[in-house]
Amino acid sequence: MRVMVLVKATDESENGSSNRPEMFEAMGRFNEELVNAGVLLTADGLTPSSKGKRIAFEGASRTVIDGPFAETRELVAGFWIWEVKDMDEAVAWVRRCPNPMPGPSEIEIRPMATMDDFQEMLTPEAKDINDRINGKLGAA
Amino acid sequence: MTASETHSAGETNRAIEATFRLERARLIAGLARMVRDIDRAEELAQDALVIALSEWPRTGVPANPGAWLMTTAKRRAIDAIRRDGMRIRKHEEIARELDGAAEAIETSMNEDLGDELLGLIFTACHPILSADARAALALRVIGGLTTEEIARAFLSNEPAIAQRIVRAKKTIGNAGLAFEAPRGAERAARLSSVLEVVYLIFNEGYVATAGDDLVRPSLCQEAQRLGRMLAGMMPQDAEVFGLLALMEIQASRLSARVGPDGALVPLSEQNRTRWDQLLIRRGLDALARAEALGGATADGCGPFALQAALAACHARARRWADTDWPRIAALYDRLRVVTPSPVVDLNRAIAHSMAFGPEAGLALVDEIADAAALRDYAPLPAARGDFLFRAGRLAEARCEFEAAARLTRNAREAAFLLARADACG
Repeated sequence: MRVMVLVKATDESENGSSNRPEMFEAMGRFNEELVNAGVLLTADGLTPSSKGKRIAFEGASRTVIDGPFAETRELVAGFWIWEVKDMDEAVAWVRRCPNPMPGPSEIEIRPMATMDDFQEMLTPEAKDINDRINGKLGAA
Repeated sequence: MTASETHSAGETNRAIEATFRLERARLIAGLARMVRDIDRAEELAQDALVIALSEWPRTGVPANPGAWLMTTAKRRAIDAIRRDGMRIRKHEEIARELDGAAEAIETSMNEDLGDELLGLIFTACHPILSADARAALALRVIGGLTTEEIARAFLSNEPAIAQRIVRAKKTIGNAGLAFEAPRGAERAARLSSVLEVVYLIFNEGYVATAGDDLVRPSLCQEAQRLGRMLAGMMPQDAEVFGLLALMEIQASRLSARVGPDGALVPLSEQNRTRWDQLLIRRGLDALARAEALGGATADGCGPFALQAALAACHARARRWADTDWPRIAALYDRLRVVTPSPVVDLNRAIAHSMAFGPEAGLALVDEIADAAALRDYAPLPAARGDFLFRAGRLAEARCEFEAAARLTRNAREAAFLLARADACG
């Protein structure tokens, strides 16, 4: 199964002080272990939310909100995509992850949905549109 | 014990077992190198798990669980070897050997584990074993599949697979293999024996996806995982990345190549929007790496890198009509040099017909029409019929389609070919 593993933000990641050379090194070793075990598909880090924007929806209105955003613990600082056999395996891997932040922090594992998960909700029209979008995304 | 305590003890055991699963292959690798016996290595690893299950709930999970498990298992191995050594001391030679082994074990405690895992992979995939035996053993000791899972995956029965694995282990033991990754001149030959098995496992799953059996596609994932592991551990081998690229790109089509009725959907008809773009990207990256390492260059053509390059041509085409046929034809020209086979030649003829017109295809297919391997091979007259049809030679095309329909054992395909024959008027 494919999972997205989310590193949640902290005050340090939000103010840009979370990057320490020794942490990069430890995380590099962990990533290498993930690669050698055939688990890691892709990974990326995000910049602090001060560089982000939010768009709030309500009925017809669209309101743009500039970052930074307040609820730090709900923000994402980075992510991996892993291929694992089950959630137990994903949890076991996360357990051995070095501390991703200098202070207390959290990592969240979310199984990725496949088209099959939405099959019942999709009308033929919705499927067509979805296929069209994926086709455009697929231009390598 | 209250219900919540039971629950949490169960949770703890599950967590310990999950941790063990991450370490299992490396444990077996390290232990097998020490005791030169895969069976014994599996037992020792299992013993270490049992000890962990009894100790960790009390002491907490150690900071480095892998090292803890390895040390625990190796201590037990040393104890056993010493014990056995006492018992059979009268056999001087064996005793000396065992003492040496015990020493070697203690010094090897801190050795690089990744290297040991590679050694186990090379040993489990040693050419002295049949390809089927290699596949079963690799799935067992590296992939951690149970005998029952392997049997289901290969549509075999459990005793047969169990026996295949036992025999393979015995063959390895009798040959006195060292559980090391070979170096130098031997490495290339041994590596192709490994890659062949990984691709065999992949194909076993890939070919089966036409059925409704959900177990077998997981073989693709096992093979991909093995391929990814090899790429992680052998970052300088072009063919490792060639194979990985080929598997990632082929796997990207898994959900598009089976229709709602369970029938295979040919490449030309597949809904390309269903292709897994993450796998395609990974495949193209791996191919680029293989090419940078010399895998698909004019001199260093590796068969896997070339096949991956072919698969990539399709992956890059957003629609069937966008396919870069001249490039595919050129790649087949090279593939037939590296892996000469009448089937490759036939595919080459088809590629040339798509790139340069039906006459080009006809000329090439006539060169191979007498090959023994293609006698009674339905795709040959089917391809010839297609070339003739496109060249406007309808009467001849009709004969070929009818011949192909008679040769195929697949009813759906026969119906398709007869329909094409009818279309010739």
